[in-house]
Amino acid sequence: MSEAPLLSVRDLTVEFRTDAGWMTAIERVSLDLMARDALGIVGESGSGKSVTALSLLRLHAGATARMPSGEILYAGQDLLKAPERAMRRIRGGEIAMIFQDPMSSLNPVLSIADQISETLMLHQGLDRAAARRQAIASLDMVRIADAAHRVDAYPHQLSGGMRQRVMIAIAIACRPRILIADEPTTALDVTIQAQILDLLRELQSELGMSVILISHDLGVIAEFAQRVMVMYAGRVVEEAPARALYRRPMHPYTTGLLAAIPPLDHDVRRLPTIPGSIPDPFRRIPGCRFSPRCAEVEAGCREAAPELVSVGEGHLARCPPRKARLGGAA
Amino acid sequence: MRILRRLALRLGQAIPVILVVAVLTFFLMHLLPGDPASVIAGPEAGAEAVERIRHQLGLDRSIPEQLLLWLWHLAQGDFGTSIILNQSVLQAMGERLPVTVSLTLVSFAMTIPIGIVLGVVAAKFRNTWLDSAVMFTALVGVSVPGFWIAILSVILFSVTLGWLPASGYVPMSEGVWPWLKALLQPGAMLALFQIGFLARMTRSATLDVLDQDYIRTARAKGVSEWSTIAKHAFRNTLIPVVTATGIILSLLMGGSVVIEQVFALPGVGRLIVQAILTRDYPVVQGALLILAFLFVGINLLVDIIYTWVDPRVRYG
Amino acid sequence: MGDTLAEEGLAPRRRFQILRRLARHRSFRIGFIIVLVLTLAAIFAPLITGLDPTAMRARIRFRPPQGAYWFGTDNFGRDVFTRCLYGARLSLMIGLGVALLSGVTGAAAGIISAQYRRLDAVMMRLMDGLMAFPAIILAIGLAAAMGPNVGSLIVALSVAYIPRTARIVRASALVVRELEFVDAARVSGASSLRIIFRHLLPNCMGPLLVQLTFVFAYAILAEAALSFLGIGPPPPAPSWGNIIAEGRDMAVDSWWIMFFPGLAISLATLGMNLLGDGLRDVLDPRLKVET
Repeated sequence: MSEAPLLSVRDLTVEFRTDAGWMTAIERVSLDLMARDALGIVGESGSGKSVTALSLLRLHAGATARMPSGEILYAGQDLLKAPERAMRRIRGGEIAMIFQDPMSSLNPVLSIADQISETLMLHQGLDRAAARRQAIASLDMVRIADAAHRVDAYPHQLSGGMRQRVMIAIAIACRPRILIADEPTTALDVTIQAQILDLLRELQSELGMSVILISHDLGVIAEFAQRVMVMYAGRVVEEAPARALYRRPMHPYTTGLLAAIPPLDHDVRRLPTIPGSIPDPFRRIPGCRFSPRCAEVEAGCREAAPELVSVGEGHLARCPPRKARLGGAA
Repeated sequence: MRILRRLALRLGQAIPVILVVAVLTFFLMHLLPGDPASVIAGPEAGAEAVERIRHQLGLDRSIPEQLLLWLWHLAQGDFGTSIILNQSVLQAMGERLPVTVSLTLVSFAMTIPIGIVLGVVAAKFRNTWLDSAVMFTALVGVSVPGFWIAILSVILFSVTLGWLPASGYVPMSEGVWPWLKALLQPGAMLALFQIGFLARMTRSATLDVLDQDYIRTARAKGVSEWSTIAKHAFRNTLIPVVTATGIILSLLMGGSVVIEQVFALPGVGRLIVQAILTRDYPVVQGALLILAFLFVGINLLVDIIYTWVDPRVRYG
Repeated sequence: MGDTLAEEGLAPRRRFQILRRLARHRSFRIGFIIVLVLTLAAIFAPLITGLDPTAMRARIRFRPPQGAYWFGTDNFGRDVFTRCLYGARLSLMIGLGVALLSGVTGAAAGIISAQYRRLDAVMMRLMDGLMAFPAIILAIGLAAAMGPNVGSLIVALSVAYIPRTARIVRASALVVRELEFVDAARVSGASSLRIIFRHLLPNCMGPLLVQLTFVFAYAILAEAALSFLGIGPPPPAPSWGNIIAEGRDMAVDSWWIMFFPGLAISLATLGMNLLGDGLRDVLDPRLKVET
């Protein structure tokens, strides 16, 4: 009954070369993205969420990164094994990505028209004039007023929110099937954040895209995602439909993150925090990687690395004690 | 409009600089020991004759008076007359400037393309043998003294192989090819240091640019590696490179002094050295001043080009 | 409070870290060794060769490199190797002198410019004026004015490079001034002088040091050029530049006279440049400020 996922990542592992040897950035990450899906990936800095996103398009530098195992299945091929030429066609054409800081992510010496037209000419074979018309249309789509004039502006002449809209315009110009948004609102003011999220939602339904939204901000994820994946220290620790995650988190890390959000309806004297800090990527931690910081840690946690198991309808978590309690509570 | 305003601003800033240059040159010359009056008068002349000449040259007036007098003449376009040579400073410069300009142009034409290409290649193939090879060559270029390698080159290409002339300047009126042939060796020797300098600088600038987020965006759009470098990276690399052009031209002018000596080219560099050695005040003052004018003018030009290259400055 | 901040800066551990990184940097190591060897050779020149660099012996004129005369002899029968060693003394001394003088003066000018904004405009026009002359030409003029001795050569070359050092220090100082810990120091009553020495200067050191190694290298090349033109220390004192000048006319037959001094200049400059590259990579010229 369920359709085949649009994008399917299986056991993806990514390692980076550092002065001290190869370090594992993400380990055995899996995800399924359906058509018109809105997937949120949440985690702290260093959790591996951006690494995962960049891996989908194989954007890591060749010499210092390697993906020793796993597969990324899209449109019948494994993107990890696809030739570079095929990847280039997919990048921007079928899977597009927008980044965190729109000022540094836009080329300062090229006009907006130039930067949008580039994708159109590249992926849709349009000529310069047609591409320009289409570029103006894209700017309209992202709700930039006076698009016909704005299109010739340079990035430094626009405000932060507008620049992000331009980035989105570049990304959706070729009607990609998947849009990956890596922290798109982090560098923006709160009010602009809301506007951009609204825009993304509208575009998603207008264009029928799937969106992967990456953020460290649970509020942003809550607003946008239908399903959420929580990452910690390079592994997925929980994955659930958004509602279920917020109502019934099944991993102590998720619980900790949610608890740290200041509540609106009552006052607290101190915000609860998760003690400790994220582990050094080079240190091998026996058993569960979260165990050193976990309030509910049990003996078994430090022995065997826990697996991601089902704890409810479409809900996966990597915490045996919680799972066990579930079974008992039932 | 913006460009004109910027030009006007830069011109305004340039004027005090030129004034400073003029005053500095004046004082520089008056630091020189030795008395041109007695040099001209000759060893036989009596004190009276020397006095007469000194008065003629205006050297008996007070220093501030001399300075003002000189500045006044300058404003009228009179750069003075050479004490040693039998011509006005402007004439002397006029004869020799084309030589130095030719040399500088030929050298510049070699420096810019080679330097930039080497730098970009080294950056693109960073940390490979190609990078090391290019950078080592550049390093050698900035370390080896130009006049020494010039002498070695002459021994090889002129004396032994006889391909290129060992010295002398051929004006363009005698044919473009002979003119070029005489300038190839001196130009190349002069360019060595510059190429090394530019290659190192360009590599560093390109690496900086390649590290930027917008390059990642370009890749995420599916732009080919070649296009990313040529279109997205290069225009950003040009910005610091254009700014460096001013320095390069200054280095070229400085280096030409020595190269003109090695290849016996009758250019401005040689004129200045000889004038300093013979205490020919007016020539030194005038020549340094004209060079400084040129230099300021070139910087102005570079600034305009820079405005054209960087839209952030154009539409600030 | 200003004190604690200054104490945290450039703590010995940090310095040690920097030294370790330098030691691991290949360019720096090679450059360091080259410069060290040359310096030692220059210092211990009389011990290395027992010969007198200015002694002319007509009987051994124009000997090619062989046996006792590693670099051969010149037209006056002088041993070229010995002359090169003594020339090293001159060049390295001048290089060091220029680096120090232009470093100190440039740093002073740069800091004054950054601290006292009213002087800044004047200072910068002056520097621009100086920079309008190619360094060599300025140096030639000054050297000719002040006489062909080592001292005036050092001053002449320094003047040519001061604008460059001043600019670098000024740029660093301007950035550092704006940082909060300087405000903190000022608010806690630190005098201007104290601020300059404890806060501004240490943070300008990195880029300045890098610039000075390159100035050293330029100075060696410039001195050689000046000597070659006849405006350097006069013969018979051996300077790499004037050995080349003298050997030039006989270069076709007796190539060794002009060849080895040139090699020496190249080596010395190469060493300094490698040193400078290493320093720059480790100290990061893009103003890594230490608080």
